[in-house]
Amino acid sequence: MKIPYNEELRPDTGLYNAKLGIWLFLASEVMLFGGLFSAYIMLRLSDPNWANYGQSALNVPLATLNTAVLISSSVTMVMSWVSLKLNDLKKYKFYMGLTLLCSFGFLIIKYIEYTSKFDHGLYPSTNNFLAVYFTLTGLHGLHVIGGILVNGYFFGPGIKMWNTEPERFTNRIEVAGLYWHFVDLVWIFLFPALYLL
Amino acid sequence: MTDSHHEESFWRKYIFSIDHKVIGIQYGITSLLFLLFGFSLMLVMRWQLAYPDQPLPLLGLRLSPDMYNSFGAMHGTIMIFLGVVPVVVGAFGNYLVPLQIGACDMAFPKLNMASYWSYFVGGIVMLMGFVLPGGAASSGWTSYPPLSVVATTGQTVWLIGMVFLITSSLLGSMNIIVTVVQLRAPGLTWMRLPFFVWAQFVTSFLLVLAFPPLEAAAIFQLMDRLAFTSFFMPSGLIVGGATTAYAGGGSPLLWQHLFWFLAHPEVYVLILPALGVVGEIISNNTRRPLWGYKSLVYSVIFLGFMSFIVWAHHMFLTGMGQGMSMFFAVTTMIISVPSVVILSCLFISLWGGSIRFNTPMLFALSFLPMFGLGGLTGLPLGLPLSDIHLHDTYYVISHFHYVVAPGTIFAIFAGIYYWFPKITGKKLNGVLGKIHFLFSFIFMNGIFFPMLIQGLAGVSRRLADGGESYAHAQSVIHYNEFMSMSAWLLGLAQLPFILNIILTLIKKKDKVADPNPWNATTMEWACPSPPIGHGNFETEPVAYRGPYEYSVPDHKNDFSPQFDKLGDK
Repeated sequence: MKIPYNEELRPDTGLYNAKLGIWLFLASEVMLFGGLFSAYIMLRLSDPNWANYGQSALNVPLATLNTAVLISSSVTMVMSWVSLKLNDLKKYKFYMGLTLLCSFGFLIIKYIEYTSKFDHGLYPSTNNFLAVYFTLTGLHGLHVIGGILVNGYFFGPGIKMWNTEPERFTNRIEVAGLYWHFVDLVWIFLFPALYLL
Repeated sequence: MTDSHHEESFWRKYIFSIDHKVIGIQYGITSLLFLLFGFSLMLVMRWQLAYPDQPLPLLGLRLSPDMYNSFGAMHGTIMIFLGVVPVVVGAFGNYLVPLQIGACDMAFPKLNMASYWSYFVGGIVMLMGFVLPGGAASSGWTSYPPLSVVATTGQTVWLIGMVFLITSSLLGSMNIIVTVVQLRAPGLTWMRLPFFVWAQFVTSFLLVLAFPPLEAAAIFQLMDRLAFTSFFMPSGLIVGGATTAYAGGGSPLLWQHLFWFLAHPEVYVLILPALGVVGEIISNNTRRPLWGYKSLVYSVIFLGFMSFIVWAHHMFLTGMGQGMSMFFAVTTMIISVPSVVILSCLFISLWGGSIRFNTPMLFALSFLPMFGLGGLTGLPLGLPLSDIHLHDTYYVISHFHYVVAPGTIFAIFAGIYYWFPKITGKKLNGVLGKIHFLFSFIFMNGIFFPMLIQGLAGVSRRLADGGESYAHAQSVIHYNEFMSMSAWLLGLAQLPFILNIILTLIKKKDKVADPNPWNATTMEWACPSPPIGHGNFETEPVAYRGPYEYSVPDHKNDFSPQFDKLGDK
């Protein structure tokens, strides 16, 4: 038994199953981060002490660097998918490798930021700005780790599928890419909301 | 995917199955057991309400107020998140949606398996709370902070369990949406989908979009409990006469907003699939098309949209402001319109039909007035003025139990009696079924109707002594014993049902030879009963007409199945 429309498009919807699936997943992710962001807004607006919570202690240059790193990884992710479309597995490996490197780079920079906060005695329990900061960036970090696991699988053992079902493997990279762009997009919202505003 | 030609191992076939039918049955058995367990908790609590501070019979121990709180919180949590939702979405949705749209399986069989096991782990984690020091979560199924943040470890376990359950719902509902969009059989256009499939489709959207904010809230509360953040902890909080170590500045109201943003759509998650089940059974047993099919579909979609903007009618008494209350009162009145449209359509469907009064139909018929009562008692709660008096009284308990207990749970019974021949190939016994129905109907009302009276008198919910120590409760407190008797008898009334299932399963002979014992028209009856292994249909079914072509004039039979080319066998 074979599930239809796993790789071929269903004529009347123009989609393969996983593409609709990932969009629904991303819709639910939008609601998750929507909930987190609205909590941030509500806490910030209702708290008169907010200005004293040390938002200025955040390291803006480091976060800007991290933004650049994450956006680059999104670009290389697209390139890896395009390489597969062009039937070039070597280039796919190159770009996917770069994507993974950037993702690790992002986490390392994040780790440096976190430890410097801890060194200054700033913890989630210190005040509500730091609580929001650690919770939101922490959840985003978990999403980055999730992306590394998925992309790492397609870089390593998952690549075997290219030999048997190249079409389906390309679709998988497209879907993983959609997720990765979403993770990138969340950061693009988090960065100004936490560091700049 | 898996090849159906070779024999699958025992583990693949029954335990870690990726066949939607097996997963549906797994969901069904697990969640019915949870329903029974959640119901038993209430039976113990009813003893405490009827005879406060007297030791329980047989067990001999007293139910302390702390344990009463924890039983109450776990009753709500188990019934909703581990019982009813997994039955209507996990079991009915999984088993029937692919069959009704003529698909060979769900779109993502492995995610489907992950969904069940995530649910199972979530359930076990929830139950673990009972063996912890301090007992299971005791801050109500709503887990309002700051109480829940300073509560015992049971609450942490509750939150972790919820994260698993949310994941499970998310995977399951995404799967149902993709399946309905992508895997419909040829000819099965949107307006030819059975009403049940529409109900499941909208329900799945509610689950996908409403659950994540609760996940966010659960993470915040976990942070508050484990990392001592102050998301929900206000400044200057005094607990047990002492200030807390929390930095403060948080908002308990924030939890209520995030919680009810899920929990109000959740109400429609509980009720929409039930309406779908009832619609199928009514059409089949009146031998008439469902009246106003398109209005039903549009109403369900509108209801789905509206359910996202009514949540704060649970919060009129929090002091969130006049403007907010006004807005949510208006949306709440608006959302009652599609509900009334749906119920009216189902009632009018009965008009002039030659009704077959079999067990599924009896449950479906009694669903209509019971759900109606539940809905109508909700209107005074949706208006801030009357809600001031009724909020957090037994009136509220009665209102939502009328929607879910003789409402959704009767629809679940109806569905089980109706689709049992599909799943096993054998019909359940009609006499036992009718005994089950009659006594369930009487005792359900015996429990919940007096609660309306108590609630109007102002008796609060969540009182461990049932109101004994309150002067204003004295005139209505004598109902407690009557309600408790009804509850225990309702428990007894479930024995014919359990007996019926066991007797029917062990019965060897008189298998239904006919794959379509109810002479139904929808697609699930196109395959043998029970359906052949993984893959369902022997040949790919094609839909030739709408889902409810009963009693078509000039046709020899009174039903013309969707999957039958001539429609007049």
